[in-house]
Amino acid sequence: MEAAMDLMRRMPPSLSQQALDSLLALLPAHSSELLSRSDQPLQVAYDEEFDKHYLLCDYNRDGDSYRSPWSSKYKPELEDGVQPSPELRKLEQEANEVFAIYRDQYYEGGISSVYVWEPEDGKGFAACVLIKKDGSDGGDGRRGLLQEGAWDAIHVVEVKEDQERQMGHYCLTSTVMLALTTANRASGPFSLSGSITRQMESDISLEPGHLCNMGRLIEEMESKLRNGLDQVYFGKTKEVVFTLREPLGVMSASSHVGQTLQRMIVNDLAHSR
Amino acid sequence: MEDRISEEDEYEELADDQKVAIGKWFLLNAPPGQVSQVAKDVREVLMDERLYDQAAKEAFPEYNVKNMISLEMPDGSGQVLLTEFGQLDRSRYLDPRTASVAVVDHVKQVCTEVRPADDEDLPSAYVEGFRFSVDAALMKYVDDAFQGGECSVYCTKGKDVEKSGGEFELTVVICNSSYSPKNFRGGCWQSVWRVLINEELRTATLQGTISVNAHYFEEGNVQLESSRKFNDTVTLQDGKDAGTTIVHVIEHLESVYLSSLEEQYSNLSDRTFKELRRKLPVTRTLFQWDKALQLSLTREITREFSNKR
Repeated sequence: MEAAMDLMRRMPPSLSQQALDSLLALLPAHSSELLSRSDQPLQVAYDEEFDKHYLLCDYNRDGDSYRSPWSSKYKPELEDGVQPSPELRKLEQEANEVFAIYRDQYYEGGISSVYVWEPEDGKGFAACVLIKKDGSDGGDGRRGLLQEGAWDAIHVVEVKEDQERQMGHYCLTSTVMLALTTANRASGPFSLSGSITRQMESDISLEPGHLCNMGRLIEEMESKLRNGLDQVYFGKTKEVVFTLREPLGVMSASSHVGQTLQRMIVNDLAHSR
Repeated sequence: MEDRISEEDEYEELADDQKVAIGKWFLLNAPPGQVSQVAKDVREVLMDERLYDQAAKEAFPEYNVKNMISLEMPDGSGQVLLTEFGQLDRSRYLDPRTASVAVVDHVKQVCTEVRPADDEDLPSAYVEGFRFSVDAALMKYVDDAFQGGECSVYCTKGKDVEKSGGEFELTVVICNSSYSPKNFRGGCWQSVWRVLINEELRTATLQGTISVNAHYFEEGNVQLESSRKFNDTVTLQDGKDAGTTIVHVIEHLESVYLSSLEEQYSNLSDRTFKELRRKLPVTRTLFQWDKALQLSLTREITREFSNKR
């Protein structure tokens, strides 16, 4: 199983779906562990009653059916599928509405879904917020810059309340997966893909309400992940390329040319004493 | 989140050849420098030494050529680059620079033997003159620009051409790969340039493909894949070394590629990424969570009103 996870980590991100499918076929006995430990892009379903799309994950699944956050009904139909308590369902409905607006403002399109449930130990509650955006030219991309563009965000937050001190303890684990290929024909295909996962914990006053608190935390996390991917991670891949093939004519201290020059100068100095 | 008991308690077992195919797929897609770790994992997940050996036997020759692996030649004359252009058969590869044939064990990734090449595998002295000149200029360029890179020049068409005997084609190959697990990075640059030389017209027509792959995986996993094709023609002047002229064009075009990559990266943050997610909403402020709650309540009330109509 560990060998399987190591393979998943080493395979290029663009092939991770195929890698997972292969491992599931090879090791069917480990399928639930494989599925829970690997991140895959979110799948979409359609709620006919509400004329809206929703996203699928383990938290809205019961058997082979998935529950819509809009109608709260399972598809394929289930007679007595798992449902959140009325209280949690209310929070869930509100969260879906509000995150839809959040999603619109940051993503200018896309699909979002929020699922709320009670954890096994019965204390507090947990929620997952899923956002999927297709930014390609054929999808929701507004500027026609991407031939392929996929962003999948999975946020799972566990909440514990301290009623006495009116404080909430929020533990957020977020994963962002993305893949983009630019549409510039002239300069050839340019594809970036990858994923990162981070965690954040915070103690916040219960006054603004759970939705506000979770929302702000997720917003902060998404910004961190987006900027991290953009500046750090993608920047590092650029560094790799520029180390493989150095830009000639650019004299930098660390470049091959620069180092050779430095050695020459040092040698000259040594000889001229 | 509940699991229902699956109707089929027995899992469908894959056929042997399907398992081998999967093992082979993982090996073929191992990132630069990581094939031995991937091999170790594949051995474990296949859980059958016989199947692993089969997968390795099929995968490694393909992997080595696709990734242009270079192997140390046992006679100390340098490295031999394994490419489709130098492939004489499944385990013998031509090294034009030393005019020798290297015999390799693909799975072990070692060169077991080196022999001088047969005349029939080598180009005519006339063509070799050009090949040598390009190779000399190429080695200097690769030494300057590609730290640790390897290169080779093959004659891929018209190797028996004599002076004024028509066109011939040289293929220039550059490969540089790196893997640094402690820096969580790895990558590979490959360029293949087909150079068609027409001595009568004094032209060299170049057709090149550059492919780059870069991987960064510190607490995350991100990769870049990029490639570009180029076409260019250059005049071979009297008194000017053909090799220098040709390599100069290659160097220039590869630098052009680097600049276009630079541009793609600089557009990323402000433009390209926005297609996926903006840095901030159009309002340029953070999302107003408290206002949104009020808005959603209003929407609900509005919806209830419109439902009642």
